[in-house]
Amino acid sequence: MTTNSPTPNPAPRADNARVVRRLLFVVVGMFGFGFALVPLYEVFCDITGFNGRTKNEQAAANMRSVDTSRTINVQFITRVNKGMPWGFEPEVKSVRVHPGETKVVNFLASNPTGQNMVAQAIPSVAPGEAGLYLNKTECFCFNQQPLAAGADTKMPMQFYLDPDIPKHIHTLTLSYTMYDMTANAQPDVLATFEAATSAD
Amino acid sequence: MSTVAGEMDHHDHHHHAPSGITRWLFTTNHKDIGSMYLWFSFIMFLVGGSMAMVIRAELFQPGLQLVEPHFFNQMTTVHGLIMVFGAVMPAFTGLANWMVPMMIGAPDMALPRMNNWSFWILPFAFAILLGSLFMEGGGPAFGWTFYAPLSTTYSSDSTALFVFSVHIMGISSIMGAINVIVTIMNMRAPGMTYMKMPLFVWTWFITAFLLIAVMPVLAGAVTMVLTDKYFGTSFFDAAGGGDPVLFQHIFWFFGHPEVYIMILPSFGIISAIIPAFSRKKLFGYSSMVYATAAIAGLSFIVWAHHMFTTGMPVAAEIFFMYATMLISVPTGVKVFNWVATMWRGSITFETPMLFALAFVILFTIGGFSGLMLAITPVDFQYHDTYFVVAHFHYVLVTGAIFSIMAAAYYWLPKWTGHMYNETLAKWHFWTSLISVNVLFFPMHFAGLAGMPRRIPDYSLQFADINQIVSIGGFAFGLSQLIFLAVVIKCVRGGEKAPAKPWEGAEGLEWTVPSPAPYHTFETPPEVK
Amino acid sequence: MSTRLITALLASIPLAASAQSQLNLTQGVTEISQRVYDLHMTIFYICCVIGVIVFGAMFVSMILHRKSKGHKPATFHENVKVEILWTAIPFLILVGMAIPATKTLFAMEDTSEAEVTVLVTGSQWKWHYKYFDSDVEYYSLLATRQDQINNRLDKGENYLLEVDRPLVIPTDTKVRFLVTSDDVIHSWWVPDFAVKKDANPGFINEAWTKVDEPGIYRGQCAELCGKDHGFMPVVVIAKEPAEYEAWINEQEAIAKAEKEEEQRLLSMSMSKDELMELGERVYLGSCAACHQPSGEGIPGVFPSLKGTNMVMNDKAGHINIVVNGKSGTAMQAFGNQLSLRELAAVITYERNAWGNDTGDLIQAADVNEFLNK
Repeated sequence: MTTNSPTPNPAPRADNARVVRRLLFVVVGMFGFGFALVPLYEVFCDITGFNGRTKNEQAAANMRSVDTSRTINVQFITRVNKGMPWGFEPEVKSVRVHPGETKVVNFLASNPTGQNMVAQAIPSVAPGEAGLYLNKTECFCFNQQPLAAGADTKMPMQFYLDPDIPKHIHTLTLSYTMYDMTANAQPDVLATFEAATSAD
Repeated sequence: MSTVAGEMDHHDHHHHAPSGITRWLFTTNHKDIGSMYLWFSFIMFLVGGSMAMVIRAELFQPGLQLVEPHFFNQMTTVHGLIMVFGAVMPAFTGLANWMVPMMIGAPDMALPRMNNWSFWILPFAFAILLGSLFMEGGGPAFGWTFYAPLSTTYSSDSTALFVFSVHIMGISSIMGAINVIVTIMNMRAPGMTYMKMPLFVWTWFITAFLLIAVMPVLAGAVTMVLTDKYFGTSFFDAAGGGDPVLFQHIFWFFGHPEVYIMILPSFGIISAIIPAFSRKKLFGYSSMVYATAAIAGLSFIVWAHHMFTTGMPVAAEIFFMYATMLISVPTGVKVFNWVATMWRGSITFETPMLFALAFVILFTIGGFSGLMLAITPVDFQYHDTYFVVAHFHYVLVTGAIFSIMAAAYYWLPKWTGHMYNETLAKWHFWTSLISVNVLFFPMHFAGLAGMPRRIPDYSLQFADINQIVSIGGFAFGLSQLIFLAVVIKCVRGGEKAPAKPWEGAEGLEWTVPSPAPYHTFETPPEVK
Repeated sequence: MSTRLITALLASIPLAASAQSQLNLTQGVTEISQRVYDLHMTIFYICCVIGVIVFGAMFVSMILHRKSKGHKPATFHENVKVEILWTAIPFLILVGMAIPATKTLFAMEDTSEAEVTVLVTGSQWKWHYKYFDSDVEYYSLLATRQDQINNRLDKGENYLLEVDRPLVIPTDTKVRFLVTSDDVIHSWWVPDFAVKKDANPGFINEAWTKVDEPGIYRGQCAELCGKDHGFMPVVVIAKEPAEYEAWINEQEAIAKAEKEEEQRLLSMSMSKDELMELGERVYLGSCAACHQPSGEGIPGVFPSLKGTNMVMNDKAGHINIVVNGKSGTAMQAFGNQLSLRELAAVITYERNAWGNDTGDLIQAADVNEFLNK
């Protein structure tokens, strides 16, 4: 074969290797991107209230003035996950609040089983957009909740609605689903059972 | 002179290659590998097709007759997976293997050994997937979209095998795509500038980039399913702070570009065949290239139109609706260009052209239903009904698969050195065309009337439509056996094919003899 | 031949689709569903017009410009003006489509206050309805008999679209649905309301409707949710507001009476025949979808109850799993779905059917004792 041809055909091996390296870089990057979508989605949801996800962490204390010109109906829905035997109810089904007003609502939970159990409540808000304006200053849902066999408890949730809440929102539904976390309980939550036993 | 001698040396050298099974196991020849891809994809087409026959047989009448609902779900799931990853994608890779080097004047693919690997891991992937059907608890039964948590907490133990096999398919596709890109970038004959490449090469070039961008995301999605199911993570489980809807975002971020991966090479094929049989140059070559790139680009920002009912803020619904509608602009440009190519041509109707014409019309019908599906408020009614099933079968069967059939007839003389039997081929075309419409057209009505997809039994109002659809399904299935007969006859013998059997065909592949010698373009051709 | 066939096919599209039969989208019974229908038809007609023009040009070309007629090919292959034109015109058509679509979308997402709120929960494979403002909640299960599905009986008019307890809503009232799920993703769909919302486990979605006409409206689950996805229909009865009011009060009274009745019945033991008869009925309604009428389950997916250790030996464990379910599996807690008698009967049935023959009789009092332990 002639070797003095100026053709790029076939290409030098080094050239191929360079392109392959770059493409592999893209492949690895996109695999990482797939996983990066998880935190990106979280951020996106926090900003937009997408899918009714709501911040499940303590909000700053209520410093806002109360807007008495508006009243918003806040409904509470409680559910337990399939196969979760706890009783779980809000003390009131709904409250009417002014934006900026701080309210406390109690939730009642009971563990009818013969075992000590740990549960976690997961919130969801409808409409999703409203979740952005719901600020909880105290909530049982921030942490795992231990409940000894046969015990029941009253769990408070303190919240206020940001006065910037859009005008078209008249009703806000806050749902809590209680999940059995006994198998994945945090050690310090489990420790409460031991403390209770030793105190007896 | 020296060149000719050199070529002959090469021939001698390569003829020491092993024969029999080892030839196929160890081959690095792009034509061998292309053939294996094509045969593999046809076998998978028949396997996936027989699953479709099971589905249609069960749906022939209301009531449960043949299979249990759980098995029915496995059939719909594996049918989808096999057709997407086993039939359509390998067929395109096979065509790329055969044709891309010959179209750009390259002697082979740039990375021949990787080429061998990327093919040979595929049979294992599908053996694993099909094997999982025989496991206790059955194979995957959560739909080819494997939405969590149905595919995690609530799936059978074969899910691990499903994940493993999807990983292998993904690796195979990625290797194939890398090979295509490197080949096109580095192996073009002198003078073959980018804007002189045949559109099939262009569309595959863009497809390969899409593959590289999204197959890793799919790999990520199945990995998350795996860890959620077996290793206690909760990406998609609300209990641990995850979200099942997140799965759909990740999946469709892969899934929508994937849809274009399965149609862009078709555009390339049709853009070769219509000019050939219209005896007229392709209208608007450069706009075709730009339209392809535009479709590929847009495919990354439309994914959530599969998810309008999941509960999105209005702003997001509007964004995804508009972006999706926008895709019809470059797609329309393509269709208009094809029609303009035919306009005032000198048209003949050989089988490749018939399939190409059927493609243009039926794919466009699929495009229309796609446009209707993009309109968010009405999508709430169409979503997850047979209207969607009709839509994507129009773009995938009468779109992608018809284009593959067209390509097979178009290039069979080049591959085998024989002309196929035109009468038999026309029978294949007409039976396919009629039955495919009997099969899929009434599905639109079933969907509009309210029949959800993925159900093994339905209420009585859908009985007539389903019966018609099933009859069309069986007829379409049988028609494909004619195709098998045509191909086997053509491989074994028939009228000798000249180097360029089609009067109006253009491109470097027609400058080499038929059948194409084992090695072509060892000396690069000059492209003016 | 080819041309005639395809034109015939195309010509059949508008005819078939516009016929007021089961071949087209329903116009429904709400203002929204009507608007959705109109939008659907508008887009459809636009597509038809484009189709006629494009395919028309193709067929003209296929008929006139063929080689067999001696047509010589032209040589043109580029025209920037034409290209710009057929990029711009479709774009303008799209803008024309987007305007009504956007308006309809905003109308659908009208968040003004609703008078009735219903919590709709999907679970494998039934719907649960809970009225937010009253103490009424119940499961809604497929009412079609298994014998019809298995072709041993003739299928009824509403085959697979009938439930034991439909959802009841008032007409001329804005009703808000909060949709969620207990396990996998389901989708609550009533075509006549143009409402389809996914039920995502752990999250709630909203949808609204305002039904104009009283009637019975039927729909289905629209998201693959496992084995019996095709067998969880939605039936909604819309009643005049006054009738609705009466109905909901009656339901509240019934629910209260049932609870009292249950306590009263605790002291009464049922005979084995009674338990087995009730148990079989409950089993077929609530358990057989997974564990199969034969009790053998589906290997690898749903465990068998035939001769297995828990059923044969572990009485307490058996009561526990039926009442409380099993976390992280498809086994639901039936404690809040079935009455004490039904729970007792179904456990008795499982322990004595299919050759299990343990001879154990479980009474409502036993279950009650377990619950209050």
